[in-house]
Formats: sequence, structure tokens, C-alpha cells
Amino acid sequence: MAHAQESHTKRIWLVFGFLCIITLVEVALGLAKPEALYFTKFLGTNLLNWIFIILTLVKAYYIVWAFMHLEGEKKWFRRVIVWTVVVYISYLVTLLLIEGSYLNENLKSLVNWNY
Amino acid sequence: MEANIAVNSEQTNAWSGGGEKPFAAKYGKMMMWFFIVSDALTFSGFLVAYGLIRFKFIDSWPLADQVFNHFPFMHGDHPMLFVALMTFILIFSSVTMVLAVDAGHKMKKAQVTWYMLLTIVGGLIFLGSQAWEWKNFIGGAYGAVKTKEGKVLQFVKDGHQIALSDFVVGNSGDRVAHTKKNGLWFEEDASLPTYSLEQVKNSYEHNTSILIRTEQIDPATKEKRILTRDEGTRFLLTANKVVEGANLHENEYGKTLFADFFFFITGFHGFHVFSGILINIIIFFNVILGTYERRGHYDMVEKVGLYWHFVDLVWVFVFTFFYLV
Repeated sequence: MAHAQESHTKRIWLVFGFLCIITLVEVALGLAKPEALYFTKFLGTNLLNWIFIILTLVKAYYIVWAFMHLEGEKKWFRRVIVWTVVVYISYLVTLLLIEGSYLNENLKSLVNWNY
Repeated sequence: MEANIAVNSEQTNAWSGGGEKPFAAKYGKMMMWFFIVSDALTFSGFLVAYGLIRFKFIDSWPLADQVFNHFPFMHGDHPMLFVALMTFILIFSSVTMVLAVDAGHKMKKAQVTWYMLLTIVGGLIFLGSQAWEWKNFIGGAYGAVKTKEGKVLQFVKDGHQIALSDFVVGNSGDRVAHTKKNGLWFEEDASLPTYSLEQVKNSYEHNTSILIRTEQIDPATKEKRILTRDEGTRFLLTANKVVEGANLHENEYGKTLFADFFFFITGFHGFHVFSGILINIIIFFNVILGTYERRGHYDMVEKVGLYWHFVDLVWVFVFTFFYLV
């Protein structure tokens, strides 16, 4: 591969800094729990959780692309890996989370919280 | 070795029968990627199963901030700090790993050696942190009471959870541990809890500043519901045992499945870290011995690097779904 001899040191440290900043933002948001985000429901969960999930995916992208160096691989090799994982996991998440909500709706009336 | 194998792997490629390599990737690296894909699907299976159960008990699932709130050498309530530290440690060891791979491309043996060593040290620190996290989780900090229906009742004072040892007084009375010899032959108690149930109930009745917190989450505040004194008394009537800490059967934090998933998923991840460290150590010694210098390339460092980054990647998701969301 052509990139094999180049040095990526500077980019590596930049990505490290970026990942640290994202983690710090996540922790700060998790501690602060801003009301406007925490209590606004959107697509099954609250906005704060959506921010966490998106930031996690951003982190995952940088780890896979920069650290695991998928950006340097052939296009179809990347697609074999990424499409397989993304399609299958999205499918699984959708089915099982819908099922989980269904279980909750049907079972919660059977749980007694008052004595 | 040459005598026993058909193809001399030191000199020819693992891809044989043609000049073209699929996707222009080396055999070992491609197989490591395929392993990572399958392992990623395994982990997503676990995490999605956790999601299913969590959505099933969405109105009574334990709040991570109330469970993981310890920090070394600090008292009191510090949610998230420790696990954030663990995340930084793992990201940092990922960086030293990728620097080792980078130095390997430039054939700088000394640099590869040092970066591999730092990676191993980072991994060991992470593993130690995880052990500490498990120790706190298993030991428990507060103690709780479990009802016949399996609900966990915790005790609060002025809005903050307090430990049984902070308010329980009196004598625990005569208690006999249930062993296989004196009770049901197929069951036994691990050990007697510090306090007896009667003792906890009496202390609650006599100390009017103590309230009971249930597992139920109030949608308006997203906090656990705190009972009035009278409700608490009625709930306590159904209590049948004192729970301290966590194991696979019960835990003081709430749902049994919460601890089960915690042990299983972080344990499985921790085992990946452990095996990653072992593989890193093997590669580290090979680097020192000059194996890859003689081979002419540091591809093995790159392959083990992929595995190590994958472990970091999984942790990013575990961090989000166990501690943040």
C-alpha cells in the first residue's frame, strides 16, 4: 500500500485529542443532565440519550477509520466490513427494542407498586 | 518447521495460486478483520439483549449514577468519574498501539518496543480498574431489603441513600446460617447478612427520618420513587431478606438481570482485554528478539493492533450503554 511508509503521528494525536474531548463532553452532559434534553422524548428515548448515541458513533468512526486504518483499505473491503455490521446491528436493534417496549406495555399493569 | 509444511510461510505469501491478493490486503490482516466483524456481532448481540431487558423494565431499571459512584481515595458520591478515567486509559493505550504500528511501518524497532510496552501497561491499568469496579459492585456500599416479589427497597435520608450501618441499631438476635446440613439439602446461604431483617424493620420504625426508596421510576422527575413513612411500613411487611452487594442471584441495586448483564458484558470485555494483553506481550517479546526485523515487516504488530483497537471500540459502546444512557 502506498501509505505504508508515511508517518501519521500528527493525525494520531489529533484524533486522540478529539476522542478525549468527545468523552469529556459526554461526561459533562451526563453529570449536568440539561432538563430541555433530558425530558424531551424523541423516537423512543430522550434527546440526551440520542446525543450520547451519536457521539458514540462519531467516536467509533474515528477509532475504526484512523486507528484501525480502515480509511487506507480498498473501497470494497471497507464495505464488506462496515455494511455487514451496520445492516445486521440496525436490524437486531430495531426488532429487539420494539419487542422490549411491547413487553413493558403488556407486563407493567401486572406489577404492583402500591401496598 | 520447513520440513513439515508444504509452503514456507516465511518466504511466500499465504495467498497462493495467483499473484493478485483479494482487496490488496494481506491474508492475516484480512482474517483479523473478519474475526473482528464476527466478534462485533457477538458483542452487539449481548448489548442488544441488554437493551431488550432494559426496555422491558424501563420504569424500574437501576440508575447507573446511583450504582457506579465510587472514586479511589475519595469519599462520597462521584458518579461517572471513574469510568471516564477508565475510558481515557483505554483510548490512550489505543494511541500508543497505533503509534507502535506506525513506527513498525518505518522499521524503527526501538520505538515499536517502547510503544508496545506502554500499550501493555495501559491495558494492565485498565484491567486493574475494572477489577476495582467489580469489587465495589460485588461488595455494595449501602445494603437493601428484598421483598417476596423480588423488589429491592433502599433507604434514604434527606434525599440521599444511606447504608444499613448508618441507621440500623440493636441486636441481630439468634440467627443460624442456612447450610446444606441444617435445611434444604440443595440450598444454602452464602453467609449471613450483617443485620437481620427484624433489626432493619425495627430500626426503620424507630427512626422517623428514614424513608424507603423503591425501584419504580417517577416519569416526571426520572428519579426513583420515595415512599411516605406509612407506605414504607406497608412495603416492609412484604420484605423477606436483607441483601448486601451483588451476585448473580440478587443485588442491592435492583433488578437481578442488571447485575447479570453487568457481570456478563463487562466480564466478556475484560476477558478480551486480558487476552489482548497476553497477545501484546507475546508480540512485544518477538519485537525485542528481532523476529519482525528479520522478517522485514511488522505486520504482526498491525494485526494485534487491530484487535486492541477493537477492544477499545467495544468499551466505547459499553461505556455509553451501561453508564451514560
